[in-house]
Amino acid sequence: MDTDLSSQDRKDLDKFIKFFALKTVQVIVQARLGEKICTRSSSSPTGSDWFNLAIKDIPEVTHEAKKALAGQLPAVGRSMCVEISLKTSEGDSMELEIWCLEMNEKCDKEIKVSYTVYNRLSLLLKSLLAITRVTPAYRLSRKQGHEYVILYRIYFGEVQLSGLGEGFQTVRVGTVGTPVGTITLSCAYRINLAFMSTRQFERTPPIMGIIIDHFVDRPYPSSSPMHPCNYRAGEDNGAVYPSVEDSQEVCTTSFSTSPPSQLSSSRLSYQPAALGVGSADMGYPVLFAGGLNAAHPHQLIGPGKEGGVPPVPNQPAHGTQADQERMCTPLDGVHYSAATPSSSEDTETVSNSSEGKCGSPHDLLETIFIRKVGAFVNKPINQVNPPESPETESPLQGSLHSEGSSGSSTGNTHDDFVMIDFKPAFSKDDILPMDLGTFYREFQNPPQLSSLSIDIGAQSMAEDLDSLPEKLAVHEKNVKEFDAFVETLQ
Amino acid sequence: MVGPGRSRCCGPSGAAPAMNCRAEVLEVSVEGRQVEEAMLAVLHTILLHRSTGKFHYKKEGTYSIGTVGTQDVDCDFIDFAYVRVSSEELDRALRKAVGEFKDALRGSGSDGMGQISLEFYQKKKSRWPFSDECIPWELWTIKVNVVNLANEQERQICREKVGEKLCEKIINIVEVMNRHEYLPKMPTQSEVDNVFDTSLKDVQPYLYKISYQITDSLGTSVTTTMRRLIKDTLAL
Repeated sequence: MDTDLSSQDRKDLDKFIKFFALKTVQVIVQARLGEKICTRSSSSPTGSDWFNLAIKDIPEVTHEAKKALAGQLPAVGRSMCVEISLKTSEGDSMELEIWCLEMNEKCDKEIKVSYTVYNRLSLLLKSLLAITRVTPAYRLSRKQGHEYVILYRIYFGEVQLSGLGEGFQTVRVGTVGTPVGTITLSCAYRINLAFMSTRQFERTPPIMGIIIDHFVDRPYPSSSPMHPCNYRAGEDNGAVYPSVEDSQEVCTTSFSTSPPSQLSSSRLSYQPAALGVGSADMGYPVLFAGGLNAAHPHQLIGPGKEGGVPPVPNQPAHGTQADQERMCTPLDGVHYSAATPSSSEDTETVSNSSEGKCGSPHDLLETIFIRKVGAFVNKPINQVNPPESPETESPLQGSLHSEGSSGSSTGNTHDDFVMIDFKPAFSKDDILPMDLGTFYREFQNPPQLSSLSIDIGAQSMAEDLDSLPEKLAVHEKNVKEFDAFVETLQ
Repeated sequence: MVGPGRSRCCGPSGAAPAMNCRAEVLEVSVEGRQVEEAMLAVLHTILLHRSTGKFHYKKEGTYSIGTVGTQDVDCDFIDFAYVRVSSEELDRALRKAVGEFKDALRGSGSDGMGQISLEFYQKKKSRWPFSDECIPWELWTIKVNVVNLANEQERQICREKVGEKLCEKIINIVEVMNRHEYLPKMPTQSEVDNVFDTSLKDVQPYLYKISYQITDSLGTSVTTTMRRLIKDTLAL
């Protein structure tokens, strides 16, 4: 057995295996964080770089790994496993990979512990660095964020591969023989991800039941909690992440691997699209801030056209009475701490999403109010005239005001909908007393040509023929004039 | 794609086979603009495994080893990412070699086929007037076939396909590395330059040289284009 191994060698070997296991976990989890990893080479040895490789230690990951190991080392029948899985925003999860650090009974008595085993473990870690980038889960993890996150779980004991579905593939990273057994590092990964990418990540929830192996209960006796692979610098040492199944709140928090200001924009994508007539037909989104997001007062609402912020589907164009009041008077600024005069200047332009999205944390809410001109605006009769809106310099609002002041409700005052004449900016209505829209409407249906009407066409062909000789005689008289005219053309 | 083939040979240096030189061959078919990234990915992966930290010799024959950092590299023309050693000097040297190979591939007389070789060798000092011997102990050959694509759709498919193929190559390389076959013994301080390239300031790869051959349209190797690109150690 291992009686040939000196006690010092045995101690060294145990230490090597323990730190190898910890570094293995670090490499795997860091490779699934979704970011590019970069560590510096150092010509001078530092005491803390095990296996002469610069691999950072994320404290929480080390803590979890130590907890799983519980003072034991990988041995025959006792493998250390790192399970990588994916969890969608709808709460569905799927195992992607199982990384196994195993020990078998095949011993290499001749090998030198402090030198050869150590160097080979270093080589194996380099191989692990390379292999973690070539399995399918790497590309998935680089794209995690809004719609799904990658989670990890460490457990010790028997390897459980049933969650990977049928046809999973295995890649062996490498082996290192030691006097007490052969260390093997391998990865079993799910390969049928293709349909998952098309079906799983749509806004509509996936069709349950078709792919049964996705949603299995975990068969593990010791269900250690899943952890998100989204370490942020500055987290508490040893802080244990709560189980992600606990609450939607935690789940949502763990979605974004970006700074908190962008977290809010990611929340927006979860809100159902409630925008009705508003933005679909019209060119400008009708945006409304505040009320619907009372639960999250720190969100910034930005328009959906520019940038990457999805449209805020907060309010349809025609809303309830209360909402009308808000629309007309966006400045009942009890809830809105943004400086409303400045926001009013932006009302005509879709405000820059780069400002609105994740800019100043001090603008807790920006009220962006855009009235779609020319639209059918749902107003009660007594609000035909736009009320005292914030002062604005844009010609658009100005023209609305002018229309309002002249009582330009051109429609029937008894109608529920009032047509407001469209006055495009910079248009001059002194030349042609109509605007483009009116012009287009009028000339879209021109009257029929009189010659084509049935009454005129009733004149018989015979009458036409009879009048022909007279016409010819007249033309012959004027033939010289015609010739002169033709010559001028040449 | 042919996977790694194993054979015993003495490599392009022409030295008598004092020891068996392990030889591995990888083949890739890529589009012209993917040549550089594909070659760098393979060469960096090999050198990641064949580089250590800098040795610092102390008294009594002991030495300590520096730390090797790593970094992720995303390819622009291939759906692929790989890990390389964090050493700008090493990266520059490889880019120079691959750049010349790529230019040669594009040159006239080339059918888009060629191969680039990475050879690890040991120096064996000889007495005057004989020059030092370079004895290869591992030879990696990457055969490249450049394809021309007609449209953007084909290019997109090529991006993905080449990415998948490179994943397979990385797995092949790792498998070879972990066979733990012959590696030069760790040298004493006086011998370290016979085994390692100590010229870099942050890492220490095994002594290596890169050469390439372009196959002309007749299918024969044009050996006149063989060049030794990295520090010819035969210079006295």
